[in-house]
Amino acid sequence: MAPLTDIATKGRKVEGHRPWPRVVVTKEVWRLAIQEFVEARATLLGLWGDTGAAHMALLDEASNDILVVTVEGREFPSVGKLHPPAIRLERTIRDLYGMNPVGLPDTRPWLDHGVWGVKHPLGARKRSSGPAAPYTFLPVEGEGLHQIPVGPVHAGIIEPGHFRFTANGETVVRLEERLGYVHKGIESLMTGASIDKAAQLAGRVSGDSTVAYALAFSRAVEAALGVEVPPRAVWLRALMAELERLANHFGDIGAICNDASFSLMYAECGILRERTLRASNACFGHRLMRDRVVPGGVAADLAKDCVEGLRALVETVRRRFPELIEIYDNTASLQDRTVTTGYLSPSLAREFGAGGYVGRASGRAFDARKAAAYPPYGELDFTVPVFDKGDVNARVWVRIREIEQSLALIEQIIERLPKGASPDGASPKGTSPMGTLRADLGTPGEVREGIALVETFRGDVLVSIRIAADGTIARCHLRDPSWFQWPLLEAVIEGNIVADFPLCNKSFNCSYSGHDL
Amino acid sequence: MRRLLLKNLLRHPVTETAPEPDGAALAELAANLDRAARRKLGRSLAIREVDAGSCNGCELEIHALNNAFYDLERFGLRFVASPRHADVLLVTGPVTKNMREALARTYRATPDPKWVVAVGDCAVNGGIFAGSYAVEGGVRSVIPVDLHIKGCPPTPEDLLKGLLALLEGI
Ligand code: SF4
Repeated sequence: MAPLTDIATKGRKVEGHRPWPRVVVTKEVWRLAIQEFVEARATLLGLWGDTGAAHMALLDEASNDILVVTVEGREFPSVGKLHPPAIRLERTIRDLYGMNPVGLPDTRPWLDHGVWGVKHPLGARKRSSGPAAPYTFLPVEGEGLHQIPVGPVHAGIIEPGHFRFTANGETVVRLEERLGYVHKGIESLMTGASIDKAAQLAGRVSGDSTVAYALAFSRAVEAALGVEVPPRAVWLRALMAELERLANHFGDIGAICNDASFSLMYAECGILRERTLRASNACFGHRLMRDRVVPGGVAADLAKDCVEGLRALVETVRRRFPELIEIYDNTASLQDRTVTTGYLSPSLAREFGAGGYVGRASGRAFDARKAAAYPPYGELDFTVPVFDKGDVNARVWVRIREIEQSLALIEQIIERLPKGASPDGASPKGTSPMGTLRADLGTPGEVREGIALVETFRGDVLVSIRIAADGTIARCHLRDPSWFQWPLLEAVIEGNIVADFPLCNKSFNCSYSGHDL
Repeated sequence: MRRLLLKNLLRHPVTETAPEPDGAALAELAANLDRAARRKLGRSLAIREVDAGSCNGCELEIHALNNAFYDLERFGLRFVASPRHADVLLVTGPVTKNMREALARTYRATPDPKWVVAVGDCAVNGGIFAGSYAVEGGVRSVIPVDLHIKGCPPTPEDLLKGLLALLEGI
């Protein structure tokens, strides 16, 4: 029997959880589930708290089956004790809910820096008493070691976080991250909010992935409510998602090269990124396409006559990008910085279920567009590029190949976009009759649950949602791909020189905001 | 690479031949900004960006100011790595409680005279994040603000306009 089916049969199935099953299990079965990770038969997709319960999502990578298991009570056997990728998730559950993962090896707070004025904000809120004790970093011992603290405010225009390097001369022997600086309490703001308000919040979890987040949230809502999205909206969503991927990959490739002091690539990629944003703006009225994907469909149709602009964009990239790839590949000084730098082993990538270019540069082919095969991707022709060298260079190459795939996807989508309300296929913005681009959500009248897995440019985001009978959000959890990538950055920098950290970091480009929530 | 460099040399720069209709307005805006900076400060303007809890959307557009279309530096506006070198703090985000201290310290580390520009809707009053246990609710609740630039995120052009308005008002 498939490993997840076995566990599923040992639990009590929860009705109204879609599309994948959720079962309530005993602590014994919870332990069996942990064992699936230990024996590498399943991947941890998420682990989050709830009122009086903890949920865990498991993925069987052989069959792409997903199962959510729930254990009730204020205590549960720690997953992180046996499976390290869960440690920060469990520290977060402690911070936000005050629950106790029994046996958790690291019980330092994670998102809670002791200044919220409240403890366990999602659990039985308690006023916190006075300032918190200073955070203790892990001890480092040895001769000739020195520490370099960096952040939370960094030198560049990037998000805040703290990095504590321990170095021996130039060589990093340990990096310890401390995150949580941009924790905004998004999940608490969502609780009790209307679906529309929560959708806007979801689109602001990580601004660079606003389309993918809005899509993941919307898909979870639609699964819960059993809503069917109009076909044209489905395809427009994918168009937006691929434009978002393009823009981000251009930005990343340029930024990585810039950190190797190769500003030509930075400038050239910046131009392609800007062109992508302008084309997106022309089509959807917003450079980042924020609030354009909404539960039930999309907020507006394509602007009139913008498809030509998209074709021109694809054509420009096809012409310019190969030259840039050639430069990247043939510049010794650049290759010298990226090849073999920041090596991530395939086994670590697998263990952590690292998504996106981080996983795919280390042999893990997982891509939610294929694995969850949400529409319209099942009908589109594309491949998932995979490399196995695991270095900065491989992470650049995944992005290069994905840009090519996204261009092909955009062409296919433009070509096959289902007709809208008006005869020429495009209806004037804002005037599309409801039902053509956005299905009515209705009010459920009972509690409903949904879950969705969507591929952002940096990896898979998981959204789990419970909708109350009156249609408001009872609980929503959003797990950014960065949760399983940040810890790996600590691992890959070991043994590299301090000066290569910015390169490694950019090649991961983890989200702070998405992680801190 | 030489081929590309040569092509770039012979080709018109994107900054001038940008087919987008806002090209001219943009150049004018940036030139005004430069003139105002030189008049008021006698030199170019140094900007330090501080993310005080943004979703990172605002950062993306601030970054765009550096691309070849907007090319901020040619007008004497530059981003600096340390608050000690800055005239202007460009602050994004609703100011999370976890960032309050770091923002206040950055402000104290910036020499006088200094100006603070709060960027983005959530920097005004917390925006969509207002009311959370984890946010202060806007930059003004922590440090004095000279100007707000609205938008979610503001476009690069909005940002240029805002910086110009700041200089006009100094
Ligand atoms: S204003 Fe909008 S884009 Fe800017 S940080 Fe706030 S939510 Fe993000």
